[in-house]
Amino acid sequence: MIRINCPYCGERDHSEFSYGGDATINYPSLDASEKEWTEAIFFRKNIKGFQFETWHHSNGCRMWLVVERSTVTHEIKSVKPCHPDLQKVVENNK
Amino acid sequence: MKTRRLDNYGKINRDKILSFRWDKKNYKGFEGDTLASALLANNIGIVGRSFKYHRPRGIFSSGVEESGALVTIGSKDRRDPNVRATTQELYNGLEASGQNAFPNVNFDLAGINNYLGRFFAAGFYYKTFMGIPPLEWGKGTAIWMFFEKFIRKAAGMGSASGLPDPDTYEHAHDFCDLIVVGSGPAGVAAALEAAEKKLDVILVEQDSLIGGNQLAENDFDNSQIKNQLENLGIKIMTRTTAFGLYDNCVVGLLERVTDHISAPNVNIPRQRFWTIRAKHIIVGAGAIERHISFNNNDIPGVMTVNASKHYLNRYGVLTGKRIVIATNNDSVYETAHQLSEAGANVTVLDSRTNFEIETNKSFEIRKGYVPYNINGSKKIDSLDISKSEIINKFETINCDQVLLSGGWSPAVHLLSHRGVKPKWDYNNACFLPSDTKENITMVGSSRGLWNKNDCIASGIAGTTDALNRLGISKTNYFFPKPGGWKNPIQPLYEVKYKKSRSKSFVDYQHDVTTDDVRLAHREGFISVEHLKRYTTLGMANDQGKMGNIIGLSLMAELLNKEIPEVGTTVFRPPYTPVSIGALSGRNVGKHFRPLRVTPMHQWNIDHGAKMIEVGLYQRPWYYPKENETLSDSYIREASTVRKTVGICDVTSLGKIAIQGPDSTEFLNRIYSNGFSKLQVGKARYGIMLRDDGIVMDDGTSWRLAENEYFMTTSTGEAAKVMSWLEELLQTRWTDLNVNVTSVSEQWAGVSVAGPKSREVLNNCVDDSLVVTNNNLPFMGVTSTFLKGNIPCRIARISFSGELAFEVYVKSDFANTMMDLLWANAKKYDGCLYGLEALGALRVEKGHVTAAELDGRVTIDDAGLSKMASTKKSYIGSAMRKRGVLKNNDREILVGFFPTNLKETFNAGTIVCEKNNIKGQGIGRITSVTYSPELGHWIGLGFVKGGLDKWKDTNLIGADPVRNKQMNLKVVSPHMIDPKGERMYA
Repeated sequence: MIRINCPYCGERDHSEFSYGGDATINYPSLDASEKEWTEAIFFRKNIKGFQFETWHHSNGCRMWLVVERSTVTHEIKSVKPCHPDLQKVVENNK
Repeated sequence: MKTRRLDNYGKINRDKILSFRWDKKNYKGFEGDTLASALLANNIGIVGRSFKYHRPRGIFSSGVEESGALVTIGSKDRRDPNVRATTQELYNGLEASGQNAFPNVNFDLAGINNYLGRFFAAGFYYKTFMGIPPLEWGKGTAIWMFFEKFIRKAAGMGSASGLPDPDTYEHAHDFCDLIVVGSGPAGVAAALEAAEKKLDVILVEQDSLIGGNQLAENDFDNSQIKNQLENLGIKIMTRTTAFGLYDNCVVGLLERVTDHISAPNVNIPRQRFWTIRAKHIIVGAGAIERHISFNNNDIPGVMTVNASKHYLNRYGVLTGKRIVIATNNDSVYETAHQLSEAGANVTVLDSRTNFEIETNKSFEIRKGYVPYNINGSKKIDSLDISKSEIINKFETINCDQVLLSGGWSPAVHLLSHRGVKPKWDYNNACFLPSDTKENITMVGSSRGLWNKNDCIASGIAGTTDALNRLGISKTNYFFPKPGGWKNPIQPLYEVKYKKSRSKSFVDYQHDVTTDDVRLAHREGFISVEHLKRYTTLGMANDQGKMGNIIGLSLMAELLNKEIPEVGTTVFRPPYTPVSIGALSGRNVGKHFRPLRVTPMHQWNIDHGAKMIEVGLYQRPWYYPKENETLSDSYIREASTVRKTVGICDVTSLGKIAIQGPDSTEFLNRIYSNGFSKLQVGKARYGIMLRDDGIVMDDGTSWRLAENEYFMTTSTGEAAKVMSWLEELLQTRWTDLNVNVTSVSEQWAGVSVAGPKSREVLNNCVDDSLVVTNNNLPFMGVTSTFLKGNIPCRIARISFSGELAFEVYVKSDFANTMMDLLWANAKKYDGCLYGLEALGALRVEKGHVTAAELDGRVTIDDAGLSKMASTKKSYIGSAMRKRGVLKNNDREILVGFFPTNLKETFNAGTIVCEKNNIKGQGIGRITSVTYSPELGHWIGLGFVKGGLDKWKDTNLIGADPVRNKQMNLKVVSPHMIDPKGERMYA
């Protein structure tokens, strides 16, 4: 069972969260080409080890988080808000 | 019948006599007995029949590894099959019976299988699946199909009651710093040490008493240990099995709360399923004694040595009078001594020739001897023994019991659950736990320590390890070396029988013999995992706790390899069986999932609504009058809406408040149609696409103010849309100043639809001017008051195709609003209408819902190309143009009429061309209804190429599931009022 340390709520069970997906995708602009969008949507790396992924605290504070998790051991190295401004707020409050 | 109970032995409470029933006869036992000990005390030897051969089976062990004494407890809806008699505590009135036997375990007709053994060898099923040789080879499996049900009935264990479970079960959660599994000397030492170091500790014990295998000692008293543990604040959980270890130090526990009570309080659950989140786990799960394979090693009266010690010292039952102990290690000698002291005539066969052991000579030791064959069928008459160096029958010893100890297997199961492979230890002939980076430490005999002092030392070392790993201390520690016997163990797994046909059991419960293992080898199933599946070795309730290693050693011998080269199968949770009831807990029946109701739920019911589930929501389905059927009712309701006015609860729609200076830009990006020019006081229907260009959801957004919108979504997609909007704002478009809030629960909504809807609403609002055609034109929005000063939002939106309004009030005013609207609607002969009529009205208009927008449909497929803006980019705008979504043969939304208007059809019907009725056809019908307006059945659905291609062709609707077929006509999905004159009225 994965435990995620939500920066807003504290450590919670993964059952409170919904898995998002790859957090490293740079989504192209809306007017980008079909090719760019295809790259962004359909091509994924299958990482063995730590990867950055988004999780939504859907049964909690409703914030989207970037979680650095090992796909092998489920070890979680870091949890940050997705929103860069909120990342700064959390950093400053540490 | 003589009792085997001894007066001066055991820790049972002789003041409390319990009566119980076994196979319909009454017996007595004492408080503190297990069913197994009570049966043994009553001299009952045969307690079951084996899986395939229906051989009589007795009690092999005194614990969870039991593979013989599997019985059925209780009756009727409380019948619990495959319960280990060895772990079932006795209670007054307990009812138990043997399994897999007819008429009973003493005389079982299917015992004939024993003589047909060669037909039921390993792989029997797999071979017969391919057809019974030689009759069917290459010609199918008809004979097998015929015999299957008889074979399945003959082979097996107990059967479930088939009735709903009357008991309740509970899920519970807890947290701690350290959880210790097992209350033997190692576990207790670890727990005490940790509690002294101020850790929050939970100690788990599967037995009813703490002590572990010490409970088999004649001088053991656990009361002092219990006090010590309790004084340090350790939470002790007995009758609780740690059945599995999971990620991040999560332990799954099954607490048997009332399984030992004769008439439990109905208000407490039968079992509790615990999820414990610990920071560190210490496993002191002990070790399990193995048996030895030799011919007829399953005759009732065969038992492990340690079990016999348990029965003697814990339960005061002497399990035999003339006992032969067969061993290859030192662990049996204390037991041999105690059994002979208790009055048994004991002979020890030790396969080793060179070893020294101190005894008081109260029993005979025969060095260099092994058991060869048991004579007897329902009980042991005598044992043929052999010299261990030259295997052959040497002499026969008269005896009534044979106790076996082929060595001990540390219980590495829990660690195995974490994917940690055990390593083979040659010195101790067993698998030992490997190290793991996870916060799990193995202690005591589950790391191969055979004496008590080493176990205690390992417990303390284990806690030190835990403290170090948790960063609380940095103390050096070491674990005692595995082992601890004076003389080394000599591996002994099988004594080969010289005669051609033998029954030397490896896995008692599934009747796997040494010959089966050899057969698997001959037929090429040499990988451990193949061996397991081909022979079913280690697949029964006991999961190979006793026999697995014997199977591995046999395969190693056949392959001329060592055991570690052959490998070990992975143990997976659960360690012991967990009932389905405990897994589901309270999530059964009405509690299976949450129930959502609208604020006017009771109002709807009071006004005659029949409800239906839509997602989690209860929604009004139809409002029957007197004897109306569903069909009568919805047709009347839909007609009334078209003629006068109807009121429908639409509260379940998702509602999202969108606020902030960039709200308009935001909506413009997420909807495929333009929102930049939507004026304040207007609403717009919009379609959202996914990134990949497929339709996600549709709904309306109302511009309440310059920077404020009120969005509605479909009922089913509300949560998804909300998460999606949050994701976009928090991850992609972090520069947008927009706030989204779910207000689905805050607003109650109704649709007021029909030509008289404006009149009705006029009577209900404070200011009658607000709903005039000028002030509230089609798609107009206003914030105003209902009579009684109730603030409300009204939008002129139509789903039915009639002049219609959606009215929203704060949820607290829902009933008042309904009373007000209904009182006025009645004046115009209006009606309340439910989901069925709503569906009929929207199908007539060709409006799509979730039935059509099923996650495969593009905006063009849904015939809504006009809704895709060409002037802006939006989510999905690039991808909706990708080639595969632009194919000519995509299925396009159309309407369907039966060619013969008197015919009906169902949703799910496959649309095919004439003379080509097969496969997925060329389309499908997604929604159907009787159309009161048109007077016949109509449908919505999809067909390749759409209306243009098929409008003049007769197609076939194939409905193989319901065995129906009809001729279809493809029509425009806008089946009534295609120009929308009524809506704009």
